[in-house]
Amino acid sequence: MATRADDLGLGKPPMMAAEPYQWPDARGHFGPYGGMFVPETLMHPLTELRQAYERYLGDPDFLRELDADLRDYVGRPSPVYHAERWSRELGGAQLFLKREDLNHTGAHKVNNTIGQALLARRMGKTRIIAETGAGQHGVASATVAARLGLECVVYMGEVDVARQEANVYRMRLLGAEVVAVKSGTRTLKDALNEAMRDWVTNVDNTFYIIGTVAGPHPYPAMVRDFQSVIGREARGQMIEQSGRLPDVVMACVGGGSNAIGLFHPFIGDTEVAMIGVEAAGDGLDTGRHAAPLCAGTPGVLHGNRTYLMEDANGQIQETHSVSAGLDYPGVGPEHAWLKDTGRASYVAVTDDEALAAFHGLTRTEGIIPALETSHALAYAAKLAPTMRKDQSILINLSGRGDKDMQTVARMEGLQL
Amino acid sequence: MSRIQTLFERLRGEGRTALIPFITGGDPTPALTLELMHRMVAAGADLIELGVPFSDPIADGPVIQRATERALAQGVSLRDVLGIVRRFRETDDQTPVVLMGYLNPIEVMGNAAFAEAASEAGMDGALIVDVPPEESHQLVDAIKAQGLDLVYLLAPTSDAARIEAIAEVASGFVYYVSVKGVTGAGHLDVDEVKSKLDAIRARIELPVGVGFGIRDAATAAQVAQVADAVIVGSAIVGRIEALAQEGQAERIPAVIGDFLSELRVAIDQTNDGGQHG
Repeated sequence: MATRADDLGLGKPPMMAAEPYQWPDARGHFGPYGGMFVPETLMHPLTELRQAYERYLGDPDFLRELDADLRDYVGRPSPVYHAERWSRELGGAQLFLKREDLNHTGAHKVNNTIGQALLARRMGKTRIIAETGAGQHGVASATVAARLGLECVVYMGEVDVARQEANVYRMRLLGAEVVAVKSGTRTLKDALNEAMRDWVTNVDNTFYIIGTVAGPHPYPAMVRDFQSVIGREARGQMIEQSGRLPDVVMACVGGGSNAIGLFHPFIGDTEVAMIGVEAAGDGLDTGRHAAPLCAGTPGVLHGNRTYLMEDANGQIQETHSVSAGLDYPGVGPEHAWLKDTGRASYVAVTDDEALAAFHGLTRTEGIIPALETSHALAYAAKLAPTMRKDQSILINLSGRGDKDMQTVARMEGLQL
Repeated sequence: MSRIQTLFERLRGEGRTALIPFITGGDPTPALTLELMHRMVAAGADLIELGVPFSDPIADGPVIQRATERALAQGVSLRDVLGIVRRFRETDDQTPVVLMGYLNPIEVMGNAAFAEAASEAGMDGALIVDVPPEESHQLVDAIKAQGLDLVYLLAPTSDAARIEAIAEVASGFVYYVSVKGVTGAGHLDVDEVKSKLDAIRARIELPVGVGFGIRDAATAAQVAQVADAVIVGSAIVGRIEALAQEGQAERIPAVIGDFLSELRVAIDQTNDGGQHG
């Protein structure tokens, strides 16, 4: 796998500079990807949602309410931290961390749930539903539901319920009903299926808060817009702190919401390389991974066309990753498009590499990252030594690792 | 004229409502599916909807999800389902068969290759539940090039503009989903269905089938008062599951045959009562 800076296009002439980036198109397509592949019953509510989203994203009153909540409730802006000790240890590029782990609820997910819940209230919906893998999006949804007094049901695969007990308890404390999904592979994709079925049944009073940049239009664009606060802040903070833009922006990619949130405001900065890091699980060559962009093929799942992990008959395959939040066989359609156009590149790191980075950052900087985030950190640790000391990598520290204590301890043979 | 058109022309002339059973291809085994198809025709089925198993069936309730899982556990693919139809056609060249499924298995095969294989197998049409008209132009072109029909869903949430958009691309018949929900869910309100069918018929000339929520002879008879076709899925698949679990899979064709005969009688009595239309 290429880790050398020039293989990633660093220092190459800018690409796609001629035209401003304006995806998706009116029907939610990013080139051949995205779209609205859903049963007829959902077409009307999706149209209503798109109209509401377009209206309120241009409504100063809504944006003021959103900004105030992000500042006073979430704690934004989150800082950008120069990880000097870790940078010195790696002996190459300077590493900067966008501290989304410091948000209320401990991850970037809340940026989106705040936005969608405010939208739900404006649309007069009284009940919200969500799917969750690691539980971070479920917790972020249950949190905003508690605050706004909305009923909340969270769908979670039975496998994930078992490996993320602490988050299940948090959601229940917050007043949400957590439904363990027993169909299919009993992980995130099946939780999404079940949430869609709930939505089809209860469209009149229910708002479905999708947690990532996947699903049918307008979700990929809407979630991206709510998450783009990450990149907008970080771009200004990098200029302020280092006097220039970073050479590389990097984030882990499951569905891809924290990555798009960081990348999107940098898309026009063609001198900035964008790298998404997928979960290679036991290794891409073992077939036991969750890396559709690196090792999958295009197909249609959960309302959009994108890269998928699928077999020769078009059945979706089971994924494997130490990190529940990356354990998903698809990826947001905008990432598929950024890959095909070459504007972003995508790589994958194994469970073991992610775990090593988890320990590395914890020991050198006193920051315990989520296992999802640790995938981005692992690739940054490979890339940084190939770069010069006056270059920089900005990594989205998308979540904190408290939720992963049990998993990490278990992998090391300890019982907490 | 396609087999589907011929069927509905004939039924219209006779003042009859079509009975359309749905089963999942390969549930519980491909051999039983073939036997069951013939038995259903003998019991009065006018058209068969054959489900293609897909790993992530978002429009289906638990009963059909489990049927899908039983078929997938045996590795049943889109090609296998087409193979069942090919064998069915060896002895039945009258009864239309419509494939019902999700896009991804077709997408992997390729639209044109799928349409060709479906036509060659003797399939008459397809209903792809996650492809609304907005996303269907490539599929429509491929399907129609082979002279097959593309059947679309209509829902309680479909407004006039959506009904008109579907009228432009649909052929064969349209399938009205009578309740907001997944297959096998909810209780159907016949008066509500009737008023929606009036709105649909004002904009679509094709026959209108009604499905989701028809569980017994009584609901089938009610729907037959207003619909051109009564579509029954979960009530059949639930019976298949029960027998398969009890180790009595060999009784499936007979039991489902008896169930369809009951529905047939109830629908015909309604039609004879002159309430149709």
